[in-house]
Amino acid sequence: MGLKIIVLAKQVPDTRNVGKDAMKADGTVNRAALPAIFNPEDLNALEQALRIKQRVKGSTVTLLTMGPGRASEVIREGLFRGADDGYLLTDRAFAGADTLATSYAISLAIKKLGKCDLILAGRQAIDGDTAQVGPQVAEKLGMPQITYAEEIVEVNSKKIVVKRRLERGVETVEGPLPCVVTVNSSAPVCRPRNARLLMKFKHAKTVTERQEANEDYLEMYHDRPYLNIQEITVNDIDADREQLGLAGSPTKVKKIQNIVFQAKDSKVLDATDEDIEGLMKELIANHTIG
Amino acid sequence: MANFFNDNPDLKFHLQHPLMKKIVALKERDYAEKDLFDYAPIDFEDAMDSYEKVLEVVGEVCGDIIAENAESVDAQGPKLVNDGVEYADGTKENIEALVNAGLMGITLPRKYNGLNFSVVPYIMAADVVSRADAGFVNIWGLQDCAETINEFASDDQKERFLTRVTQGETMAMDLTEPDAGSDLQAVMLKATYNEEEDQWYLNGVKRFITNGDGMISLVLARTEQGTSDGRGLSMFIYDKNRGGMTVRRIENKMGIKGSPTCELVFKNAPAEIVGARRMGLIKYVMALMNGARLGIGAQSVGVSEAAFREALAYAKERRQFGKAIIEFPAVYEMLSLMKAKLDASRTLLYETARFVDVYKTYMHISDERTLEKDERNEMKVYQRKADLLTPLLKGMASEYCNQNAYDAVQIHGGSGFMKDYPVERIYRDARITSIYEGTTQLQVVAAIRGVTTGGYLNLMRDYEAEELRADLVPMRRTLIMMTDEYEETVNDVVRRKDNEYTDFHARRMVEMAGNIIMSYLLLLDAQRDPVYKKTAKVYLEFGKSENHKRADFIYNFDVDDLAKYKFEA
Repeated sequence: MGLKIIVLAKQVPDTRNVGKDAMKADGTVNRAALPAIFNPEDLNALEQALRIKQRVKGSTVTLLTMGPGRASEVIREGLFRGADDGYLLTDRAFAGADTLATSYAISLAIKKLGKCDLILAGRQAIDGDTAQVGPQVAEKLGMPQITYAEEIVEVNSKKIVVKRRLERGVETVEGPLPCVVTVNSSAPVCRPRNARLLMKFKHAKTVTERQEANEDYLEMYHDRPYLNIQEITVNDIDADREQLGLAGSPTKVKKIQNIVFQAKDSKVLDATDEDIEGLMKELIANHTIG
Repeated sequence: MANFFNDNPDLKFHLQHPLMKKIVALKERDYAEKDLFDYAPIDFEDAMDSYEKVLEVVGEVCGDIIAENAESVDAQGPKLVNDGVEYADGTKENIEALVNAGLMGITLPRKYNGLNFSVVPYIMAADVVSRADAGFVNIWGLQDCAETINEFASDDQKERFLTRVTQGETMAMDLTEPDAGSDLQAVMLKATYNEEEDQWYLNGVKRFITNGDGMISLVLARTEQGTSDGRGLSMFIYDKNRGGMTVRRIENKMGIKGSPTCELVFKNAPAEIVGARRMGLIKYVMALMNGARLGIGAQSVGVSEAAFREALAYAKERRQFGKAIIEFPAVYEMLSLMKAKLDASRTLLYETARFVDVYKTYMHISDERTLEKDERNEMKVYQRKADLLTPLLKGMASEYCNQNAYDAVQIHGGSGFMKDYPVERIYRDARITSIYEGTTQLQVVAAIRGVTTGGYLNLMRDYEAEELRADLVPMRRTLIMMTDEYEETVNDVVRRKDNEYTDFHARRMVEMAGNIIMSYLLLLDAQRDPVYKKTAKVYLEFGKSENHKRADFIYNFDVDDLAKYKFEA
């Protein structure tokens, strides 16, 4: 029996080649100056999903992305590589969302898409580098999570075995399905776009895009339903509006500064109450929190 | 992060040639497959958009993967393991990427899962892959052999083998033997027919076979025992899955080291005959070689591009005597001539590819229905033009590729002689282009008829009649003078009715024709986009002086002078 896999993907500004005009005077990212790309680690996650699709017959890969209308490009990029379909979660009500509000909206969209066996996402996005959305989605859906995945060693309809890339080595863990797995950049790079799929799906568009475009091929969308990228709006999910967008986002940008990393080693915390309490105190003391 | 298609505006320029409208309409049979295959184009714009998008994928795979692997592939090379070839790790990665990208069987019909692309975008992909790694393009480019199966094999064979090619199985063409190199009529590998089993078997040795351990091979073999010339040879498909062939040796080469060059031993290897008996050399190999020569043209242009880019980047970065070396006349002259030779060979490459495109497509259409009279005539015209330009392209583009690689090393100075810079590899890789698939000397043999029968002259006069902007007219005047000089020189040689004398001057005359034709093509490029005016001028000035030199040599030469050049055999 095949697995139903959802891949969470984000369109991000390409922060890997940052020029002088990358930041605006007010300290926010100048998105116009940076090309919008498929978040690199989400591509690693997509590759893992496509490999499972090849291994476990009958599996399907669905992309889910949240963003403005142009984020549909992420869905097309996924279709060109072998994803079966994709959904764009888009609405003005989602604008200004931090990771908490984002994971809330995404978790509701996933519920709307019906039962799924596996949710894959990149470890983190290169614009915010928070690595929070994947884990938060797992929490909100009440699913177990496996982070820092480098390789999905084994998967069937009941369980998944994952090799994790950690700071001081690798660890192989097993978990039940359904679950959320976030994938590291050390996992294999994503396969290139496939020529046939590229030609098949290059006209794929959302309703909004079709309305905006001066479209020559209208009847094509009727004859070829797979060219319609589905949009999910706030009306499609059963959401508490207070928890969406800017209203649902406790994160506030206090100030932006240029920093140079000085610490040679990162600090390792154990998953104990003492260590976490210690960290919280430190973050409150230096005003990162509160 | 590099994209070898998007970073090169010359490619898009050649892709957008006006003749493409006709080529694509023919190739797509007026877009008849649009409702049969979900990836077939709806109209011309859609098809061109697909070409461009797929070439972007080629450019990305080349920039990010194939070019990145080129150095390690060159160092590691393929290995002989259990009588077979094991590719270098980078080669395996390259193949996997191209198979995943669906870039095998680009020109094959959709019913075999091919992309049904015309020749121009296929050759453009070869141009781009060659820039990334000249050795790897051989493994990938041998999908050309599938074109020969598509042209001449039975429907059943096409169905069985072409679907495997589009899934990514690699190919080989097994022609050369220890005693049959340029002279393929001497091929001895024996094919015997077992009547009881209704099965052909191959026995013998093949040498210098590129990718010899490929999954599907076309093998030239002698079916008519007791014969000793080309008319006793037939063409076979050997399927590696059936066994009987082993790799005895992988050659240790100067360049294109990632491409395995194999010595093969066939021992009772079962094989299937392609098409008609005795047509192996005279019909099928000729078709195969024409395709291969166009492919080497693309390889030469791609390697030239790589050489030019390395040289340009180094000349801007390297400082001596207080300034970048690109500011010195000795260096910038070299660079501008490199660019002119690159642009000249590239414009000839795509002109040739377009001519091949039109006539090959008509040929395939003629399998489906009877051609109208003017279609038949058009097919003949384009085939004649393609046959004229193919040896000219192979001969001159490969020589320019070598010259550009030489100059690229020269611009690097001592550093270019070290393995630290890619030009060292590019220089070694370039060397083979003027040797295999027919040496430059053999291209001249193929091209000389175009000189003596007036074929090239007619082409020049055709180009002369094309419409030009006023600012380009003076260049045409120069070209008309060059054409007159060429005509007189050729007449001066031909009037002596001495074959050895003609052969002696053949290369000079062929190159004169080449310089004029490439100048005209650059002029027409400048007509379409003024940006090419500069390179057209540089090439024209170069070609003019080169042609004077040749004409001068020929005018001051007499039949008796030949003796001075001879050695005792």
